Amino acid sequence: MTGDARMMKVNGKPRDRAAGPLLALLAEEGVAPDARGVAVAVNGAVVPRARWGGHALAEGDEIEIVKVLQGG
Amino acid sequence: MAEDKLTIGGREFASRLFLGTAGYPNQQVFLDALDASGAEIVTVSIRRVDLEGGAEGLLELLSARRRWLLPNTAGCATVKDAVLTAQLAREALETNWIKLELIGDRETLYPDVEQLLRAAEQLVADGFTVLPYCTDDPIVCRRLADVGCAAVMPLGAPIGTGLGILNPYNIETICARSEVPVVLDAGIGTASDAALAMELGCAAVLLNTAVSKSTDPVRMAAAMRHGVEGGRLARLAGRIPKRLRAEASSPELGLIGT
Repeated sequence: MTGDARMMKVNGKPRDRAAGPLLALLAEEGVAPDARGVAVAVNGAVVPRARWGGHALAEGDEIEIVKVLQGG
Repeated sequence: MAEDKLTIGGREFASRLFLGTAGYPNQQVFLDALDASGAEIVTVSIRRVDLEGGAEGLLELLSARRRWLLPNTAGCATVKDAVLTAQLAREALETNWIKLELIGDRETLYPDVEQLLRAAEQLVADGFTVLPYCTDDPIVCRRLADVGCAAVMPLGAPIGTGLGILNPYNIETICARSEVPVVLDAGIGTASDAALAMELGCAAVLLNTAVSKSTDPVRMAAAMRHGVEGGRLARLAGRIPKRLRAEASSPELGLIGT
């Protein structure tokens, strides 16, 4: 159970946390469910905001949480 | 004078200047520069939330000013990353517009044309309005238009160099042959560069560093606005042909002493 293959990856960093609701992870990251300009992908697929509430994360998931920043 | 609107992806814009939002001394200077530029289309990036950045309120400020947001895939080096970044941008901003950047090399920041074409094709098929940052190559631009890009955005010079338009001949050739709007992207250093882009036939100019890192960004933003407008007017007016020999403009008859 401690193998890296089973660890979740959050924004490129391994994270030792149990499977559970996506919303709980977002709360840990300080992302409110109604935060503007934020998007989430799990294992390379976007999870639309409307489905954040029902999405459960599994061991080994790779999660990207992004926001809008200044850019050129 | 009749209205001269820019049309991209079925949307009309009065301004032909796209402005980047990065690298200003502070937010107030950015907002003042944005107002002075008259730009309607502004570019933003998509980054991981743990990255520190003073973007708080950027979206509110931009939407209060009714600007059209153009997210980019800046820094992406693979088709996979660029496509996912575009999809995340669409979700985050509720827009299907994307400035597609696929960098082949972190040193030169030159586009990776082969991957760019593949990513563009995938994103068009996925319903995106794709504006690709590309090399100043007429054939590459044609291929990008062929796969369904809404515009092409050839570089004038490498990103952030301010070297201006290094190959005006190529840009003019691209403009003369392109079936989609040509937006000069990257390399602009000062207002005359922006004017030249428009004189060569570009539909618009995209710039960031030339304004944000100038000594007085607000004044430079105004200069860019006038440069783009002046260049566009000159293009529409039709310049005189270049001549090798002098030709007097004042009448030759009636000169005293003759």
